[in-house]
Amino acid sequence: MRKYLLPLAVFVLVAIFLWRGLFLNPQEVPSPLIGKSIPEFSLPKLQEENSVVTSETFLGKVWVLNVFASWCTPCLDEHPMLMELASQNRVMIVGLNYKDGFQSAADWLGKHGNPYSAVAVDIDGLVGMDFGVYGVPETFLIDKSGVIRYKKIGPLSSTEIQDELLPLVESLQ
Amino acid sequence: MTKKFFLSTAWLFFLSLSSISNAQPSSDLSADFQEKVKSISAELRCLVCQNQTIADSNASLAIDLRNQVSRMLRQGKSEQEIKRYMVERYGDFVLYDPPVKWQTWALWFGPFLLLVLAIAFLVSSQLKRRAEPDSDFNPANREDLRALLRGDKDQL
Repeated sequence: MRKYLLPLAVFVLVAIFLWRGLFLNPQEVPSPLIGKSIPEFSLPKLQEENSVVTSETFLGKVWVLNVFASWCTPCLDEHPMLMELASQNRVMIVGLNYKDGFQSAADWLGKHGNPYSAVAVDIDGLVGMDFGVYGVPETFLIDKSGVIRYKKIGPLSSTEIQDELLPLVESLQ
Repeated sequence: MTKKFFLSTAWLFFLSLSSISNAQPSSDLSADFQEKVKSISAELRCLVCQNQTIADSNASLAIDLRNQVSRMLRQGKSEQEIKRYMVERYGDFVLYDPPVKWQTWALWFGPFLLLVLAIAFLVSSQLKRRAEPDSDFNPANREDLRALLRGDKDQL
């Protein structure tokens, strides 16, 4: 019996790794930005002419930056969750309209509702690039000193908002 | 891939290069420069279309990143600086040639460790086998075996 112990142990080990691999999402790349300050930016603000949103606008607040676009279909899945989150008034949500446009962004928000306290418009996507955005929607949680504390690539689920995002918001307040 | 697709993407790539270089001297579009953009892009992973480099991919993010590579080159940035820029935003994952650091030790040295372990196992099991006589062999059967080897089946 003893001579089968080692192959069995190796098999079990490999099986555990492979089993785990089944549930990993290769699209989720750990962000190197967590724990770092947000990149500097200054972008025009949607629906307020001659007004800008900058990386310093929300210093002193805990806020959520949500990257969205009117062309982004998964954003529609996430949208009701953001509306719900906004209605609870527990954290401020700022939108980053990524590679889209003033008119299309305004139309989209008019149609589906606007959960954002402010929307920064990033038409050429260069600010998005500084945030390491590669799959819209993406969500960042930023603390009072402007440091990124959490990042989610892809649509947020209500469980993730309840179990991950909101507890972190509370702890940062 | 169809020729038409190839042509249209090549055209898009050329257009994206030419549109940003409008304000620049035309020498920027030299074959050398394009070659440099291509060689750097070929070492960066496209994050939306994994398993393709940003030089191969036509996803809009890949085009943006290619443009960024060419913009930074034009600003006189070195290849190292461009790669650092990408890693700061997208992590080591963006590099096709991952750096050797403690998080990647398993990746770089794991296979050699497995090889050494396998050789050690092989050698030790062979030595053990040689040291122990075959316990299943019963000396009383020696005559039968001889008969078998002679092809003398009737003896059995």
